[in-house]
Amino acid sequence: MLHDALLIIRKDLKIEFRSKVTTNQVAPMAIVILILFAFALDTHQHKLILAAPGLFWVAVLFSMSLAIHRSFSIETSSSTRDGLRLLGLDPGGIFLGKVIVLTIEMFVLEIILGFGIVVLYSATLHNYFLLISITILSTLGLAAAGTIFGSLASSFKTKDTLLPLLFLPISAPVLLSATKAFQTELGTVIGSSHPWIRILGVFAVVYLTVGVLAFGPLLEEQ
Amino acid sequence: MENVITLQSVVALSGSYPILSGVDLEVARGEIIFLQGSNGTGKTSLLRAIGGLVSISSGTIYILGQDLLKNKRVLRQKMGFLSHSDFLYEDLTIEENMRFYLKASGAGLDHIDQALDHMGLSGRLSKVLTSRLSVGQRRRAAIATLIARQCEIWLLDEPHAGLDADARDLLDSLITQASSQGVTIILSSHEANRAVELSTRVITMAGGHIVASHLSTSDEILIPKSTKSDSTNVA
Amino acid sequence: MKPKKSPVIRVIGFLALIFIGATLVLGLKITPPDAIQGQMVRIIYIHPPLAWVAFLAYGTTAIASGLYLWKRTRARIWDQLSGASAEVGVVFTGLTLVTGSIWGRPTWGVWWTWDPLLTATALLFVLYLGYLALRKLPGDINQRSKRSAIAALIAFIDVPIVQMSVLWWHSLHQKPTVFNPGQPAQIHGIMADTLLIGFIAFTLVWLWLLFTRLGVIKLEEKIELYGLEVALRERRGEVNKDLVETSQDSHSKTSLSTSSKQGPDSQVLVQK
Repeated sequence: MLHDALLIIRKDLKIEFRSKVTTNQVAPMAIVILILFAFALDTHQHKLILAAPGLFWVAVLFSMSLAIHRSFSIETSSSTRDGLRLLGLDPGGIFLGKVIVLTIEMFVLEIILGFGIVVLYSATLHNYFLLISITILSTLGLAAAGTIFGSLASSFKTKDTLLPLLFLPISAPVLLSATKAFQTELGTVIGSSHPWIRILGVFAVVYLTVGVLAFGPLLEEQ
Repeated sequence: MENVITLQSVVALSGSYPILSGVDLEVARGEIIFLQGSNGTGKTSLLRAIGGLVSISSGTIYILGQDLLKNKRVLRQKMGFLSHSDFLYEDLTIEENMRFYLKASGAGLDHIDQALDHMGLSGRLSKVLTSRLSVGQRRRAAIATLIARQCEIWLLDEPHAGLDADARDLLDSLITQASSQGVTIILSSHEANRAVELSTRVITMAGGHIVASHLSTSDEILIPKSTKSDSTNVA
Repeated sequence: MKPKKSPVIRVIGFLALIFIGATLVLGLKITPPDAIQGQMVRIIYIHPPLAWVAFLAYGTTAIASGLYLWKRTRARIWDQLSGASAEVGVVFTGLTLVTGSIWGRPTWGVWWTWDPLLTATALLFVLYLGYLALRKLPGDINQRSKRSAIAALIAFIDVPIVQMSVLWWHSLHQKPTVFNPGQPAQIHGIMADTLLIGFIAFTLVWLWLLFTRLGVIKLEEKIELYGLEVALRERRGEVNKDLVETSQDSHSKTSLSTSSKQGPDSQVLVQK
């Protein structure tokens, strides 16, 4: 399983490195979202600082659904999905590979967004270690759930509209918990981020497990 | 001799439309089967069903003595599939594509250079991104991957399409060579003359199932009979 | 063909009508208005039962999906049941939200408040709408069932996570719980009886809807299967038409192929 996962990771990262879709298209769009939010909140400095954690994660969520799309459009452009199925790769390995690539891509994007909220919303970051842990944990959970639904949706003509319908409600707990954890760490709300980190951990573990188990039957879909 | 491929009353559906309507087929090792029939008779679907790409709603498929549905992963590694689309990643070079497919299918990397050379893709071409190649070159790359994988079964859907005359000759010689080494091949083609010449047996499909099967040496070839025929003859 | 309706379903339907009638009479006429909430209290006889049925329905969907995915118990009925139950569940979730909102407007002065239960219920509503959308998509019947079952289980696993996060979210917000349908604690006597009757009534309604919908699904699948048989016959019947075409252009092929019959052998020789 790990061998197959590594193969997929290497291949997808190479493709991403060449095509630069995430960095050249998804990341700028995420920044645009941050700017639009500022307009919606009337560029009120105080409101922006308070809203920064939530807006950060909403931007992540929307960018994520684009990145999931990209992850599966690599496989449908010349029916390489069929090619993948024909290889007899371990479905769990394909799943893990896709999740890890998505997590890496999104992490790069989240760093950019992090700069975005510091510059645009005057958010102050400290305790980098915890912030990064929260980010990685949330992203892993989102990537797992997203990859499950991405593969579920990618076999249909209506995949563009189906994916957000399935993915966004499922990821509500992550949005909520990650926002809360960020609020406490960014100092906009007083409290502990630990319960939130626990939820994020549960979410990630649950969806990674479900994905490894369910990806076989999902991949066999036409 | 044991059958490499055995299908029994295979029915496959696309939505509620039966793309395969009860296929019975037995193929022995080293046979070269030419599937013929007009468009929409189920040739591609049959090849895809054998490759495990179409899920069947009834009937059984045995490959190398094993149930395809139960041993999909193992059996797929022994089958090479050439289809209308070439399964190549646009942002990888030919060589990278081949390396990925070979590693992923558990085949060794030993035959890459030889296969590239054989298909006239060695040197500079192998380092060019797939998206910059012509259709014919991409087809050649797909064929090179097929050879390098050293599969036991080749499923070729319109392998002649998009190739120039030289490449077609090259492909045909590869097919006969592979067959002599014990590879079992099923192909569909609109190049009927070429394909009949190449094959050991011609199978005619209509309405989603097989209506006739003849040895290529038979004079009756291509004149369809009513139902199932002497498909076991060759075996 | 007229569908047979089992007597059990008829009895359930009849009982459901009686209990709904009883809930209406008791809830609207006989029970007194509440000291604080006044007439508004009457919605409590239907709102919690609606929510209860919604959760019952989703639970059924999850169990049936699990039974479908488990190879030993796999049967069409589980897929049909999970589909039917989820549909009823979505309707009841919708009704729960609507009744909650109707109650909330005069009580809180707003149509919507981010009460944890309300939020979780709303998320559940959207989640299962997605599930139903997925069920409607075309594909082979077995694959459709399998993918739906996986999605149903994923949605169900999400429920406790949603609950947990929303509850903590709420508790950290320090908002008072104004309306808690889980604890109709101040209710007693005739009011408690009415609420109990309401629960029974809506459970019966759920059962009736579930079995009726199940019957319709079964009929739909029967029609699909019948259509399949016809399609299969037609498909096999295409032979004659195809054969005429094939044999027409095959004559030319025949002559060509026989003339070059030595081809493959000579090529093999060349190869060697």
